[in-house]
Amino acid sequence: MTIKELIRSAEFEIVAGEKGMDNEVEGGYVGDLLSFVMAHAKEKDVWVTIQGHINSVAVASLLGLSAIILSEGVAADSEMIKKADEEGIPILRTKLSSFDVVCKVSGVIRT
Amino acid sequence: MKLHYQVDGDNFLVAGEASASLKRTLKQLGIDASIIRKISISMYEAEMNMVIHAYGGVIDVELSADKVAIILKDTGPGIPDIELAMKEGYSTATHEIRELGFGAGMGLPNMKRYSDYLNVYSEVGVGTTVEITVYLT
Ligand SMILES: Nc1ncnc2c1ncn2[C@@H]1O[C@H](COP(=O)(O)OP(=O)(O)OP(=O)(O)O)[C@@H](O)[C@H]1O
Ligand SMILES: [Mg+2]
Repeated sequence: MTIKELIRSAEFEIVAGEKGMDNEVEGGYVGDLLSFVMAHAKEKDVWVTIQGHINSVAVASLLGLSAIILSEGVAADSEMIKKADEEGIPILRTKLSSFDVVCKVSGVIRT
Repeated sequence: MKLHYQVDGDNFLVAGEASASLKRTLKQLGIDASIIRKISISMYEAEMNMVIHAYGGVIDVELSADKVAIILKDTGPGIPDIELAMKEGYSTATHEIRELGFGAGMGLPNMKRYSDYLNVYSEVGVGTTVEITVYLT
Protein backbone atom coordinates (compact mmCIF):
# COMPACT_ATOMS: atom_id res chain seq x y z
CA MET A 1 0.00 0.00 0.00
CA THR A 2 1.13 3.59 -0.58
CA ILE A 3 1.12 6.60 1.75
CA LYS A 4 -1.65 8.10 -0.37
CA GLU A 5 -3.85 5.07 0.24
CA LEU A 6 -2.94 5.06 3.92
CA ILE A 7 -4.04 8.68 4.33
CA ARG A 8 -7.30 8.01 2.55
CA SER A 9 -8.22 5.25 4.95
CA ALA A 10 -6.85 6.59 8.19
CA GLU A 11 -7.47 10.35 8.21
CA PHE A 12 -4.02 11.76 8.76
CA GLU A 13 -3.26 15.35 7.83
CA ILE A 14 -0.37 15.70 5.40
CA VAL A 15 1.89 18.62 6.32
CA ALA A 16 4.95 18.11 4.09
CA GLY A 17 6.76 15.88 1.64
CA GLU A 18 3.96 15.38 -0.86
CA LYS A 19 6.52 14.23 -3.43
CA GLY A 20 6.70 10.96 -1.50
CA MET A 21 2.97 10.21 -1.50
CA ASP A 22 3.49 7.14 -3.67
CA ASN A 23 6.06 5.64 -1.28
CA GLU A 24 5.27 2.04 -0.45
CA VAL A 25 4.48 1.04 3.15
CA GLU A 26 5.41 -2.44 4.31
CA GLY A 27 5.51 -2.06 8.07
CA GLY A 28 6.15 0.38 10.85
CA TYR A 29 8.17 1.39 13.84
CA VAL A 30 7.30 3.49 16.89
CA GLY A 31 9.81 5.43 18.93
CA ASP A 32 11.20 8.76 20.00
CA LEU A 33 14.82 7.81 20.69
CA LEU A 34 16.67 8.25 17.43
CA SER A 35 19.35 5.61 18.04
CA PHE A 36 16.68 2.98 18.65
CA VAL A 37 14.96 3.99 15.45
CA MET A 38 18.31 3.81 13.60
CA ALA A 39 18.90 0.32 14.92
CA HIS A 40 15.46 -1.18 14.37
CA ALA A 41 13.36 0.61 11.77
CA LYS A 42 13.45 -0.96 8.32
CA GLU A 43 13.23 0.38 4.81
CA LYS A 44 9.59 1.12 3.79
CA ASP A 45 8.43 1.40 7.42
CA VAL A 46 6.20 4.26 8.52
CA TRP A 47 7.65 5.80 11.67
CA VAL A 48 5.35 7.01 14.43
CA THR A 49 7.01 9.57 16.69
CA ILE A 50 6.70 12.85 18.56
CA GLN A 51 10.04 14.18 17.23
CA GLY A 52 8.82 17.02 14.99
CA HIS A 53 12.22 18.38 13.98
CA ILE A 54 14.70 18.19 11.14
CA ASN A 55 16.83 15.34 12.54
CA SER A 56 13.87 12.98 12.19
CA VAL A 57 13.86 13.64 8.45
CA ALA A 58 17.58 12.87 8.27
CA VAL A 59 16.96 9.54 10.01
CA ALA A 60 13.97 8.69 7.81
CA SER A 61 15.87 9.54 4.69
CA LEU A 62 18.96 7.50 5.62
CA LEU A 63 16.84 4.46 6.44
CA GLY A 64 14.54 4.81 3.44
CA LEU A 65 11.43 5.07 5.62
CA SER A 66 8.21 5.70 3.73
CA ALA A 67 6.79 8.44 5.99
CA ILE A 68 6.87 10.02 9.43
CA ILE A 69 3.62 10.14 11.41
CA LEU A 70 3.66 12.80 14.14
CA SER A 71 1.27 11.65 16.85
CA GLU A 72 -0.17 13.25 20.01
CA GLY A 73 -0.93 16.49 18.14
CA VAL A 74 2.77 17.35 17.78
CA ALA A 75 3.60 19.91 15.07
CA ALA A 76 6.45 19.80 12.57
CA ASP A 77 8.75 22.80 12.88
CA SER A 78 9.53 24.88 9.79
CA GLU A 79 12.99 23.34 9.17
CA MET A 80 11.46 19.88 9.30
CA ILE A 81 8.83 20.84 6.75
CA LYS A 82 11.42 22.34 4.41
CA LYS A 83 13.71 19.33 4.64
CA ALA A 84 10.85 16.85 4.22
CA ASP A 85 9.72 18.68 1.07
CA GLU A 86 13.27 18.51 -0.31
CA GLU A 87 13.71 14.84 0.51
CA GLY A 88 10.21 13.77 -0.43
CA ILE A 89 9.51 12.23 2.97
CA PRO A 90 5.80 12.66 3.76
CA ILE A 91 5.04 14.06 7.22
CA LEU A 92 1.59 13.12 8.48
CA ARG A 93 0.03 14.60 11.57
CA THR A 94 -2.67 13.47 13.95
CA LYS A 95 -4.06 14.09 17.43
CA LEU A 96 -4.17 10.35 18.06
CA SER A 97 -1.76 8.78 20.55
CA SER A 98 1.09 6.70 19.15
CA PHE A 99 -0.75 3.57 20.29
CA ASP A 100 -3.92 4.54 18.45
CA VAL A 101 -1.95 5.41 15.32
CA VAL A 102 -0.43 1.93 15.31
CA CYS A 103 -3.87 0.36 15.73
CA LYS A 104 -5.18 2.35 12.78
CA VAL A 105 -2.21 1.75 10.52
CA SER A 106 -2.01 -1.96 11.27
CA GLY A 107 -5.72 -2.32 10.64
CA VAL A 108 -5.18 -0.83 7.20
CA ILE A 109 -1.91 -2.38 6.06
CA ARG A 110 -2.33 -5.87 7.48
CA THR A 111 -5.65 -6.53 5.80
CA MET B 1 37.63 6.64 -4.43
CA LYS B 2 38.30 9.12 -1.63
CA LEU B 3 35.76 11.49 -0.09
CA HIS B 4 36.21 14.22 2.45
CA TYR B 5 33.57 15.96 4.57
CA GLN B 6 33.69 18.87 6.97
CA VAL B 7 31.15 18.60 9.80
CA ASP B 8 29.95 21.73 11.61
CA GLY B 9 29.72 21.57 15.38
CA ASP B 10 26.35 22.19 17.01
CA ASN B 11 24.60 22.88 13.72
CA PHE B 12 21.66 20.56 14.02
CA LEU B 13 20.11 21.80 10.83
CA VAL B 14 22.76 20.23 8.63
CA ALA B 15 23.68 17.40 10.97
CA GLY B 16 23.75 14.11 9.11
CA GLU B 17 24.50 15.68 5.71
CA ALA B 18 27.80 13.83 5.29
CA SER B 19 26.12 10.48 5.91
CA ALA B 20 23.31 11.38 3.53
CA SER B 21 25.80 12.38 0.86
CA LEU B 22 27.80 9.15 1.19
CA LYS B 23 24.58 7.17 0.99
CA ARG B 24 23.68 8.84 -2.31
CA THR B 25 27.13 8.06 -3.69
CA LEU B 26 26.94 4.41 -2.65
CA LYS B 27 23.50 4.11 -4.17
CA GLN B 28 24.75 5.50 -7.48
CA LEU B 29 27.55 2.95 -7.41
CA GLY B 30 24.95 0.21 -7.12
CA ILE B 31 26.11 -1.07 -3.73
CA ASP B 32 23.77 -3.57 -2.11
CA ALA B 33 20.98 -1.96 -0.02
CA SER B 34 21.71 -4.01 3.10
CA ILE B 35 25.35 -2.92 3.03
CA ILE B 36 24.38 0.72 2.49
CA ARG B 37 22.16 0.38 5.56
CA LYS B 38 25.09 -0.81 7.71
CA ILE B 39 27.29 2.03 6.50
CA SER B 40 24.58 4.69 6.88
CA ILE B 41 23.69 3.69 10.43
CA SER B 42 27.30 3.50 11.62
CA MET B 43 28.38 6.72 9.97
CA TYR B 44 25.30 8.69 11.04
CA GLU B 45 25.81 7.72 14.69
CA ALA B 46 29.47 8.72 14.54
CA GLU B 47 28.70 11.95 12.68
CA MET B 48 26.02 12.91 15.23
CA ASN B 49 28.40 12.20 18.10
CA MET B 50 30.88 14.56 16.52
CA VAL B 51 28.21 17.28 16.33
CA ILE B 52 26.66 16.69 19.75
CA HIS B 53 29.69 15.85 21.87
CA ALA B 54 32.68 17.35 20.06
CA TYR B 55 31.85 20.57 18.13
CA GLY B 56 32.18 18.90 14.73
CA GLY B 57 35.21 17.60 12.88
CA VAL B 58 36.31 16.01 9.63
CA ILE B 59 35.39 12.75 7.94
CA ASP B 60 37.47 10.83 5.41
CA VAL B 61 36.01 7.97 3.47
CA GLU B 62 37.96 5.51 1.38
CA LEU B 63 35.98 3.36 -0.95
CA SER B 64 37.72 0.34 -2.42
CA ALA B 65 36.60 -2.77 -4.25
CA ASP B 66 36.06 -4.80 -1.10
CA LYS B 67 35.33 -2.28 1.66
CA VAL B 68 34.35 1.19 2.83
CA ALA B 69 36.66 2.68 5.45
CA ILE B 70 35.44 5.77 7.32
CA ILE B 71 37.61 7.85 9.65
CA LEU B 72 35.94 10.55 11.76
CA LYS B 73 38.26 12.90 13.56
CA ASP B 74 37.36 15.60 16.06
CA THR B 75 39.22 17.88 18.45
CA GLY B 76 36.50 17.77 21.09
CA PRO B 77 36.76 16.96 24.80
CA GLY B 78 37.64 13.29 24.27
CA ILE B 79 36.19 10.24 26.01
CA PRO B 80 37.68 9.47 29.46
CA ASP B 81 36.49 5.86 29.61
CA ILE B 82 35.82 4.27 26.23
CA GLU B 83 34.69 0.96 27.68
CA LEU B 84 32.02 2.78 29.68
CA ALA B 85 31.00 4.91 26.68
CA MET B 86 30.49 1.72 24.63
CA LYS B 87 27.90 0.42 27.13
CA GLU B 88 24.28 0.49 26.00
CA GLY B 89 22.47 3.30 27.78
CA TYR B 90 25.53 5.29 28.81
CA SER B 91 25.23 8.93 27.79
CA THR B 92 26.40 12.34 28.93
CA ALA B 93 23.97 14.18 26.63
CA THR B 94 22.29 17.26 28.08
CA HIS B 95 18.59 17.58 28.76
CA GLU B 96 18.12 19.76 25.64
CA ILE B 97 19.79 17.16 23.43
CA ARG B 98 17.71 14.36 24.96
CA GLU B 99 14.51 16.23 24.16
CA LEU B 100 15.45 15.95 20.49
CA GLY B 101 15.63 12.18 20.85
CA PHE B 102 19.39 11.84 21.14
CA GLY B 103 21.13 10.58 24.25
CA ALA B 104 19.80 7.04 24.48
CA GLY B 105 23.40 5.89 24.78
CA MET B 106 22.96 3.61 21.78
CA GLY B 107 25.15 5.32 19.19
CA LEU B 108 28.43 3.56 19.89
CA PRO B 109 26.67 0.18 20.41
CA ASN B 110 24.95 0.72 17.04
CA MET B 111 28.31 1.40 15.36
CA LYS B 112 29.70 -1.77 16.89
CA ARG B 113 26.71 -3.79 15.79
CA TYR B 114 26.41 -2.50 12.24
CA SER B 115 30.07 -2.17 11.24
CA ASP B 116 32.49 -5.01 10.59
CA TYR B 117 35.31 -3.26 12.37
CA LEU B 118 35.18 -0.39 14.86
CA ASN B 119 38.04 1.36 16.55
CA VAL B 120 37.72 4.34 18.89
CA TYR B 121 40.82 6.24 19.98
CA SER B 122 40.42 9.14 22.33
CA GLU B 123 42.48 11.41 24.48
CA VAL B 124 40.88 13.75 26.99
CA GLY B 125 41.38 17.37 26.00
CA VAL B 126 42.74 16.39 22.57
CA GLY B 127 39.95 14.67 20.68
CA THR B 128 38.47 11.46 19.38
CA THR B 129 39.04 9.39 16.26
CA VAL B 130 36.52 6.78 15.20
CA GLU B 131 37.37 4.24 12.50
CA ILE B 132 34.56 2.29 10.91
CA THR B 133 34.99 -0.40 8.27
CA VAL B 134 32.23 -2.19 6.42
CA TYR B 135 33.03 -4.95 3.92
CA LEU B 136 31.21 -4.92 0.63
CA THR B 137 31.16 -8.66 0.18
N1 LIG C 1 33.16 12.18 19.52
C1 LIG C 1 32.96 12.18 20.85
N2 LIG C 1 33.57 13.10 21.65
C2 LIG C 1 33.38 13.12 22.98
N3 LIG C 1 32.58 12.25 23.63
C3 LIG C 1 31.94 11.32 22.91
C4 LIG C 1 32.09 11.23 21.49
N4 LIG C 1 31.35 10.19 21.04
C5 LIG C 1 30.78 9.67 22.13
N5 LIG C 1 31.11 10.33 23.26
C6 LIG C 1 30.71 10.01 24.65
O1 LIG C 1 30.25 8.67 24.69
C7 LIG C 1 28.88 8.66 25.18
C8 LIG C 1 28.12 7.52 24.50
O2 LIG C 1 27.98 7.77 23.09
P1 LIG C 1 26.75 7.13 22.30
O3 LIG C 1 26.78 7.59 20.90
O4 LIG C 1 26.76 5.66 22.54
O5 LIG C 1 25.48 7.72 23.06
P2 LIG C 1 24.86 9.20 22.96
O6 LIG C 1 25.45 9.95 21.85
O7 LIG C 1 24.99 9.83 24.31
O8 LIG C 1 23.33 8.88 22.69
P3 LIG C 1 22.69 8.35 21.29
O9 LIG C 1 23.84 8.05 20.38
O10 LIG C 1 21.91 7.14 21.64
O11 LIG C 1 21.85 9.47 20.80
C9 LIG C 1 28.35 10.03 24.88
O12 LIG C 1 27.25 10.39 25.71
C10 LIG C 1 29.59 10.89 25.16
O13 LIG C 1 29.77 11.06 26.53
MG1 LIG D 1 25.51 9.11 19.94
